[in-house]
Amino acid sequence: MKFLRKKLDAIAPLFEKGGKFEKWYPLWEAGDSFLYTPGHRTMSGPHVRDAIDLKRMMTTVVIALMPCILWSIFNTGYQAMLADSSYGLAAADSITMDVVMSASWIGLLAFLPIYIVTLAAGGAVEALFSIVRKHEINEGFLVTSMLFPLIVPASIPLWQVAVGIIFGTLIGKEVFGGTGMNILNPALTGRLFLFIAYPAQISGEVWTLLPSDPALAVDGHSGATALAAFYTDGANALQDMSWWDAFLGLMPGSFAETSTLACLIGAVILIGSGVGSWRIMLGCLFGMIGMSYLLNFFAAPGHYMAIDWTWHLVVGGFAFGTVFMATDPVSASQTDTGKWIYGILIGLLTVLVRVLNPAYPEGMMLAIIFMNVFAPTIDYYVVKANVKRREKRLGIQ
Amino acid sequence: MELLNLFIKATFIENMALAFFLGMCSFLAVSKKVETAVGLGFAVIFVLLITTPLNNLIYHYLLQEGALSWMLGEERASTINLEFLTFIAFIATIAAMVQIVEMAIDKFSPALYGSLGVFLPLIAVNCAILGGSLFMVQREYNLAESTVFGVGAGTGFALAMVALAAIREKLKYSNVPPGLRGLGITFITTGLMAMGFMIFGGIQL
Repeated sequence: MKFLRKKLDAIAPLFEKGGKFEKWYPLWEAGDSFLYTPGHRTMSGPHVRDAIDLKRMMTTVVIALMPCILWSIFNTGYQAMLADSSYGLAAADSITMDVVMSASWIGLLAFLPIYIVTLAAGGAVEALFSIVRKHEINEGFLVTSMLFPLIVPASIPLWQVAVGIIFGTLIGKEVFGGTGMNILNPALTGRLFLFIAYPAQISGEVWTLLPSDPALAVDGHSGATALAAFYTDGANALQDMSWWDAFLGLMPGSFAETSTLACLIGAVILIGSGVGSWRIMLGCLFGMIGMSYLLNFFAAPGHYMAIDWTWHLVVGGFAFGTVFMATDPVSASQTDTGKWIYGILIGLLTVLVRVLNPAYPEGMMLAIIFMNVFAPTIDYYVVKANVKRREKRLGIQ
Repeated sequence: MELLNLFIKATFIENMALAFFLGMCSFLAVSKKVETAVGLGFAVIFVLLITTPLNNLIYHYLLQEGALSWMLGEERASTINLEFLTFIAFIATIAAMVQIVEMAIDKFSPALYGSLGVFLPLIAVNCAILGGSLFMVQREYNLAESTVFGVGAGTGFALAMVALAAIREKLKYSNVPPGLRGLGITFITTGLMAMGFMIFGGIQL
């Protein structure tokens, strides 16, 4: 490894001030801090100037994402095998080691191109801005580019992946000044853009990779997600589903959203390391439970409104959004009280949109974006209330 | 229940600022600080609350085809249609009402005038206010409905403006590219906010 270090140091003068490639310094810097721990700490961005560097914070998120990534690779392949009759696999069959291996291989072949396109297209925008605006290529992008492929369906065309991540990085983040200054979550902004601009490829029955030869497709297989089934059949759809399948994630859906278990492991890592806010996560949970009970109270039997919170927890993107998207330290509320309000409203709105808005089967993405918009307002009033309380205590007012 | 639905619809689903992009001039100009945005927000709610039902009465008893029957009798009134005066009449009503209200507030509540008064002339020509009255005609609201619609539309406008102001206060600390500073980034922010408000699009109440 010493050899690599020496090489990097040898070319360093070329990139430093006055060097031949002075303009390209951010690229050298990015490569260097990717390979080695840098000697300096982050000077700006979404955290107080603590000993913990932004790099370690973002790396923790990537580690917390690992269970989700591994599960999504397996499950994408597994769903594709169920849809393709040439594998002869039925949902009731037990999952042997062979199935796991070949499913993971299929899933990997689906996931890698999307991830590589994300890195290339988003990275190009990030690098361009860092060169022109002379900021570092930030580890924030590492997380954004990891999250983005995980929230799109496996069958999405690659050019749309590129368009989505470019929109997310450019309009969602860079025009606001880069990492730590954006107002909306960049990965979600990209996905929302795709969702609005190309609804055909990101909603409806696009969640499973279907075999290229239509003759091989399994009869009667529908790639509908649980939420779509809820919407058409209401609570009656629960008869054909198992809660444990939904909890483990053996369901069609975007790459990583299916498994609540994997998200829970991620949540433990994020809360344990102090990177993710437990207030936001609990707030989301409470908001979701509260709204579900409220709707249950008014529901007719068999109606969508009758579905209880344990189901809302495990289907769709609720768990993934709560753990990895809502807790984004930049776009979420910054104050402790604000985090509770922010989280609770996300949970509440998610269930509201799922059940009562026929235009969208899933509300998590829109609920988080909507609350991102209002997070600064919440903070403003929380801070103001705090100032008032202290003034009162001191008898100034 | 109908009226509550209408209120929610006017506030969130058909938000004046972020679904119809009406009243952009004051929306962008007065959203630099949260406090002033709140002031203007209340002024918009207040003016919409007064002018929408008032214009409703004017439309139904003066302008609409056959509306003058209470004065001239069915037969003669049915030949008169003053709808071509709608725009002028609405604008005149709004401007006059705003002036009268401003003077009244100044006289009876100087404190309220201090916080609200300066914004009132500013929104006399706001397209969100006129839009409120025109939507009221187009959707054939009655008096109660138009009152609720006015308050709802105003609340939605105020909510969006306060949210934008809070974001802009935060953006002061952001390193926005020089060419986009000021209005440029505000336009982009407004667009992103409108994307967020799409969460309500499609809800049937």
